[in-house]
Amino acid sequence: MLNVALPKGRLGEKVYDMFEKAGYECPSIREKNRKLLFTNEEKGICYFWVKPSDVAIYVERGAADIGVAGKDILLEYEPEVYELLDLDIGKCMMAVAAPNDYIDRPQRTLRVATKFERIAADYYASIGRDIDIIHLNGSIELAPLLGLSDVIVDIVETGSTLKANNLSVVERIVDISARFIANKASYEFKKNEISRVTEALAKQL
Amino acid sequence: MDYRESVLKSEEKTVFLLRSLYQSFGYRQYKMSKFEEYDLYAGNKDFLISDNIITFTDTNGRLMALKPDVTLSIVRNTKDTDGSVSKVFYDENVYRIPKGSHAYKEILQAGLECIGEIDNYCLGEVLYLASASLAAISQGYLLNISHLGIISGLLNDMALSPEQSQAALRLIGEKNMHELKRLCEAAGCSAADITRLIRVVSTNGAPEDVLPVLAECGCDAEAVRQLEELCRILRSAGEADHIVIDFSVVNDMSYYNGIVFRGYIEGVPNGILSGGQYDKLLRKMGRKARAVGFAVYLDFLERFYEQEPDLDADVVLLYTPETDQEILFRAVRQLTAEGLRVTAQKELPKKLRYGRVMRINPEGVLETC
Repeated sequence: MLNVALPKGRLGEKVYDMFEKAGYECPSIREKNRKLLFTNEEKGICYFWVKPSDVAIYVERGAADIGVAGKDILLEYEPEVYELLDLDIGKCMMAVAAPNDYIDRPQRTLRVATKFERIAADYYASIGRDIDIIHLNGSIELAPLLGLSDVIVDIVETGSTLKANNLSVVERIVDISARFIANKASYEFKKNEISRVTEALAKQL
Repeated sequence: MDYRESVLKSEEKTVFLLRSLYQSFGYRQYKMSKFEEYDLYAGNKDFLISDNIITFTDTNGRLMALKPDVTLSIVRNTKDTDGSVSKVFYDENVYRIPKGSHAYKEILQAGLECIGEIDNYCLGEVLYLASASLAAISQGYLLNISHLGIISGLLNDMALSPEQSQAALRLIGEKNMHELKRLCEAAGCSAADITRLIRVVSTNGAPEDVLPVLAECGCDAEAVRQLEELCRILRSAGEADHIVIDFSVVNDMSYYNGIVFRGYIEGVPNGILSGGQYDKLLRKMGRKARAVGFAVYLDFLERFYEQEPDLDADVVLLYTPETDQEILFRAVRQLTAEGLRVTAQKELPKKLRYGRVMRINPEGVLETC
């Protein structure tokens, strides 16, 4: 039996569609009820929905054998998991954004508001820029508008929130998409099952 | 004094089993103090799993550290000797922040180190002992082996910069072939080289399946021969079914070289054994000797063992303030002599898990309630 952690939300539904197409369907998952676990004994698969940022934790700690997590989460938390496939869905980018009239002053410490502390720290370390990280949990776009920070590091999907708030992308840090991940020990002991799923998903790419 | 095996926690039993296993191969126990000078660790931070170290100033003003690792201390305290190999094992508590956590933890770690003129026999012995250590814990185990010589040979052929090689190594460790391919393409490597690298590092499985692929791909011939010989030694020790060649086992190349390995137990989500050849660490410390060793992280096993006793005591012996203390003590001794675990109480404790309740009357006679 393979335990699969799926990210709640639109992306998760797209991911489930891929699993279904790959031959690992579980019709009960489409029913509207309060169940948390969805098992198809015949196919040897059990799905559950978790918060997207928690998928990597479930997989790293072996509660799920496999799962699908955004590259942003993998970069930020560096979980001990195998990243087996780029599913090429949920595409967006991690970027630095700032007010449209922003002028960089390299002689000053840059104040960066973000939810992704490690990604921001690693990026600025790679270009040798001294920064002051301001960790926020949401509404990151607000920070530069109120003078809390100079720039933000955040996920940019369509750019419409930025545009509506007179912000724009100044630097693209890394491309983000959904990745198929596996627990390292599960990969060893359930190698055949995990390889079959990997191949079936890879065929759809 | 005799003791019942059940008084030992499963981790303790494992420690005793490992001790006798290592001693049977002539390894001597290494005992170290809880503290070491901080400089030892500060100079080799990348060798440590976590670079957070608990430090304090000793009475003479020296900065000391609560040991986060045992290997560095062993390396420092063994001398280079001509021809012979110093073989030591340890089981010690170390103090560090485990990955994915934010707080320091005391971690029970066992392991062994071989330092000196390491030859293929030594490597084979250490690999066998790693495999046997896993077998001492559970029959569902796998030892994944890689050879950094093969990986570095391939990366060198592709003329990647040190930073690119470092990134490639991390991706190989993640089995992240899609990004490895992108990285090599961006670095301007030839399509043939990329295909060869991906083919080698994505192949994993039994030695008989993987070794021919390495030969076909023209990997470092000496490294492949060494891997073959070591697999033969392990096969002759009956470990064939437990050996996997897997290049995603990658340790820091600035310390490790040659054979590296990781051990898994079915039911434990993380690798619980990690080791390899670390000649480069010794070079950094100005030493001529070569070295190989491994550590078993016993803290991961805490939740693995299920056969913990389900009762805190077999008998709760109730007495009253009027009970003669001497008679009570004799009764408790009598029950313990029968091999029962007894707790003498005036009141039945609320959260105790027990087998039966007995009372002692004024004459010292025991009655089951």
